[in-house]
Amino acid sequence: MGLSLDTAGKFALEGPLAPPMANGELAFAEPWQGRVFGMAWTLCESGCFEWPEFQASLIEAIARHDEMHDDEYAYYDRFQEALEALLIAKGLATCAGLESRQQALAERPHGHDH
Amino acid sequence: MSEAKPQALRAEALESILIERGLLKAEAVDEVIALFNERIGPMNGAQVVVKAWRDPDFKARLLADGTEAIKPFDFSGGQVDKLVVVENTPNVHNVVVCTLCSCYPWALLGLPPRWYKDPAYRSRVVREPRAVLKEFGVELDEGTEVRVWDSSAEIRYLVLPQVPEDAADLSEQALLDRVSRDAMIGVAL
Repeated sequence: MGLSLDTAGKFALEGPLAPPMANGELAFAEPWQGRVFGMAWTLCESGCFEWPEFQASLIEAIARHDEMHDDEYAYYDRFQEALEALLIAKGLATCAGLESRQQALAERPHGHDH
Repeated sequence: MSEAKPQALRAEALESILIERGLLKAEAVDEVIALFNERIGPMNGAQVVVKAWRDPDFKARLLADGTEAIKPFDFSGGQVDKLVVVENTPNVHNVVVCTLCSCYPWALLGLPPRWYKDPAYRSRVVREPRAVLKEFGVELDEGTEVRVWDSSAEIRYLVLPQVPEDAADLSEQALLDRVSRDAMIGVAL
């Protein structure tokens, strides 16, 4: 994939400033993306890590993906991986703990997967 | 079984674990999302640009030390550790990228657009800036020098677009309306 003319044209035609929600795209395409972004920001503010540490983790996650990517680029997937990797490295979460919690959430009955 | 996306479940799993550990409050995460969705946008950057267009002293200070010059605006959202403002002139066009990830002056421009994070933009704008700019609809004279600025965790760049020719006739609001986010990244004029 690349910068298609279609995409580029859309942004080139963007005229006057508008709030981010109306500036060509949503800030977050899906709610979970806002959650991981908000978590990273909040944890940084409360001192769990420094922002450059997170950036380093994000750079690693993106580099790992860029090496082999042939699928559609998914920024917030990398963002989430970076946050997990950093928290695991800092002993604030474990891979096994995340896996089992995710599994438990997936097995909830319908109506609870909001 | 739930049909939620794996990423959404994973995010929920992480958040619930962090809340249990007392590391996080859901309300704080809500606030950050609201801040970025509703309050921070490219409007902050536009205010800086228009002030520079109208006030030569401010423009001189902004180009000399962006970080210091924008302090009186007291923008929320942080993450502009060192701001460098680069000026477009009839002979020089500036464009900003982050080749490693997505470093971006959030406090001034809100969240980066999706294409800014795209590997194609990140690599191509360095190799063939003129071709990429053309795809964005920016046609430059042969003689115009293109400068590509690679952002980092330490330095964020903001492009100061050229002042409109009819600026003297425009109100402050009309000038603000002329400044697009893309112009402050350098992919529009």
